[in-house]
Amino acid sequence: MSIDMAQFHQVFFEESFEGLDIMESGLLGMQPGEADSEEINAIFRAAHSIKGGAGTFGFMDISAFTHIMETLLDEMRDGRRDVTSDAIDVLLKSVDILRHMMTATQDGDEIDTDVVKSQQTELERILASDASGTANDAGNGEGAGDNESAPAETPDTSGSSDEIVGWKIVFNPHDTILRSGNDPYRIIRELSELGETEVICDTDQLPDLKDFDVENYHLSWEIRLNAAVEQQAINDIFDWVEDDCDMAIIPIAGASTGASTGTGSPASAVPADSSQSQSADAATAESKPAAETEPAPTSAPAPATAAKQAAKPAAKSGGAKGGGGSIRVDTAKIDSLINMVGELVITQSMLGMLGEDFDMSRVEKLNEGLSQLERHTRELQESVMQIRMLPISFTFSRFPRLVHDLSSKMGKKIELEMIGEETEVDKTVIEKIGDPLVHLVRNSLDHGIEMPEDRVAAGKPETGKIQLIASHKGGNIVIEIRDDGRGLNRDKILSKAIEKGVISDAGNLSDKQIYELIFEAGFSTADQVSDVSGRGVGMDVVRRNINELGGGIEIESTQGQGSAIIIRLPLTLAILDGQSIKVGDETYIVPLVSIVESIQCKPEMLNMVAGKGETFKLREAYLPIIRMHEVFGVENPQSTNITEGLLVVVEGDGQRCGLFVDELLGQHQVVIKSLETNYKKVDGTSGATILGDGSVALILDIPDLMRLARRHQPIQFLKSA
Amino acid sequence: MSAQAAAETGKNKDIDTDKALLDVVGDQYLTFRLADEDYGIDILRVQEIRGWDEVTRLPNAPEFVRGVVNIRGTIVPVYDLRLKFSMPFREYTKNTVVIVIRTETPKGNKSVGVVVDAVADVLHGHLIDITQSPDFGRETMTEAISGLATFEGNMVVLLDVDKLVKDDSDDVDEDEEGNQE
Repeated sequence: MSIDMAQFHQVFFEESFEGLDIMESGLLGMQPGEADSEEINAIFRAAHSIKGGAGTFGFMDISAFTHIMETLLDEMRDGRRDVTSDAIDVLLKSVDILRHMMTATQDGDEIDTDVVKSQQTELERILASDASGTANDAGNGEGAGDNESAPAETPDTSGSSDEIVGWKIVFNPHDTILRSGNDPYRIIRELSELGETEVICDTDQLPDLKDFDVENYHLSWEIRLNAAVEQQAINDIFDWVEDDCDMAIIPIAGASTGASTGTGSPASAVPADSSQSQSADAATAESKPAAETEPAPTSAPAPATAAKQAAKPAAKSGGAKGGGGSIRVDTAKIDSLINMVGELVITQSMLGMLGEDFDMSRVEKLNEGLSQLERHTRELQESVMQIRMLPISFTFSRFPRLVHDLSSKMGKKIELEMIGEETEVDKTVIEKIGDPLVHLVRNSLDHGIEMPEDRVAAGKPETGKIQLIASHKGGNIVIEIRDDGRGLNRDKILSKAIEKGVISDAGNLSDKQIYELIFEAGFSTADQVSDVSGRGVGMDVVRRNINELGGGIEIESTQGQGSAIIIRLPLTLAILDGQSIKVGDETYIVPLVSIVESIQCKPEMLNMVAGKGETFKLREAYLPIIRMHEVFGVENPQSTNITEGLLVVVEGDGQRCGLFVDELLGQHQVVIKSLETNYKKVDGTSGATILGDGSVALILDIPDLMRLARRHQPIQFLKSA
Repeated sequence: MSAQAAAETGKNKDIDTDKALLDVVGDQYLTFRLADEDYGIDILRVQEIRGWDEVTRLPNAPEFVRGVVNIRGTIVPVYDLRLKFSMPFREYTKNTVVIVIRTETPKGNKSVGVVVDAVADVLHGHLIDITQSPDFGRETMTEAISGLATFEGNMVVLLDVDKLVKDDSDDVDEDEEGNQE
């Protein structure tokens, strides 16, 4: 086996991280006291694959650690151990540690061995605890060894000599092994090439003739290899069947033939560990026939369903941890891309031929070609964008754990419901929306949901509910975080805002405007600052992050009934549909999603507030007017008289206003270019784009522009809307 | 003198890589004119020199930031060095050039176009004497000046391009954030 294993490392890590996710979500779904064997099996399979992979690639510390978890899970799976919330918590913690070990190994960093050690002790504590009662009647002596730590693993150790003269291999293939294309006979033959072998066949598991299935395998083997070969050599042989069998490789020491040994010495800790793991498997496998009369129904379908379960989330969560690394793309998406490129090439050559000897009679052909080109480009663009789209479950998947941990810490009962996890979102959004969402969910947990007794007193169910909802609405992605907690306290926010100097006077702010105050810097209404939230940093950062993504955030709240935070994000970050407008000699782009309508203002619609703040009446609402040429300092506007120009009614952050511009030019898709690459952020804009003639036009950021205008003319915004 | 001697041998050996050449002849400076003064910048920082072209104005930007242009798909700001140095503004003519320079900032490399009256010459470091610049007080861009050089009897002000741009993006940034609070 001289294959360079390093090339598979990346795959191993990706799969293992997926496995960890499966384990985590599985553990979170487990209820203390009830052992859902499918659930446990899925977790067990994930742990087992990680252990196997880690062993293959020589990450012994990972495989050793996973092994202990696996042992615990295995006992749970067989019903030999009760599923306690203590055990679940320890396992969850272990998943974290394992993730740490994996990340460290992947990055080539040092593993924090102290943490690993202490967690390992913790796991062993659980293992050593109560299960013995049930374990003993199921196991046959060897099974009981599982409950104790490594040195006691093989109780029948009679000698402590380190000299190995041979190996005892317990090879117990799963009954599905033949379907994986492996033949145990071939393995035994390969073993015999290493040296002299004695093979004992165990036919105990053979079913009655009427239950016999030609595709199932029912034999177990015990092979004694009388050759002092490296354990690795044996492992190599079993590499391919590792997942399809339970096995143990036990070294035979020179002094005492027949007795297994080797675990006593710390020097052989690593091989001992893996043999321990395998013998544990063997032990459980052997224990099955003793406990149950029909081994096939329990062991065969279970791994199959587990594998299916494991495969589903794995496919979904592909690349979750890849970060900037890789995305798994549906082949269909790539195929359609290739098709599109093909079409594009054909169109291009057609246009090329047309250009060779062009005369006016062929203008029509040219136009046809150009429109074809446009269509193909657009399709191509859409397909490329599709590749960047990932389901939002990548971001959502971390919340069950978060809610589980925090709610138990705070003594609250909370149920988390996630809706629309399959909604596809741009990869950049996935990466950037995580932290703001965590913050918002924590806020709901901490400030929103009440303590169980308060809830009961308020006549609400004891268990609070937090909903995470993602959906497509128009050209936007809408993410809502809803809770049925106490809602925002209007008066508390007001008094706090005045106390903190965020505002000077309550004036006649609407409820919505008051709720918006929590997005101001330096604001927190928690009575106590907890480690969950309440330091007053955050909501302003949340809003800034979301604005950076080109989105907006809104709050809805009903006192005593709950609150909702609604985040709107653009579907994609790279391209947007824009309306170009003209002010003076300058062209700007307004994102189409921000535009409500465009109107020509009549004199009777105009109103002044305090002689300065201009507003206009649109149906029953008074909206402030932003004069683009004033806010942006444009020279020579065509007109400064509102009634002569156009008002573009725009909406941002839940507010509407009229943008006074000279004229509308046209709608088109624009590619967003960053101004920050070479310069810095320009207030009121979200970036720039390059127009058809090569010149640059700025893209307006409506919420930001409103804030800018507010600084210019504060009065307008306080008294209106 | 030893540098010059090395340059001679360098020529004889027909060195083909820029780096080797650089080791031998030392730094080179691109000089340009602003009013009657000569300025020089490290030639390795010069990306390209282009004629003045219409820019897109940036709202509420300092006066010396003339706007942004599209240089092969990236958006690059254009500064007027005369205004930056508080010199009187001069109408742009067909001789007005924009030198696109690369600056290195903690946030990464940035490209900036600077408008100057005209590009003059290329100076070889070993042919000029560079002295520390005296302290002109806060009024002038002292810290952007990396040294003074004398070339053919004229003084050339050597500029540190990173510092030249630094206080526009960073300081202003902080100011803006201060305003927002």
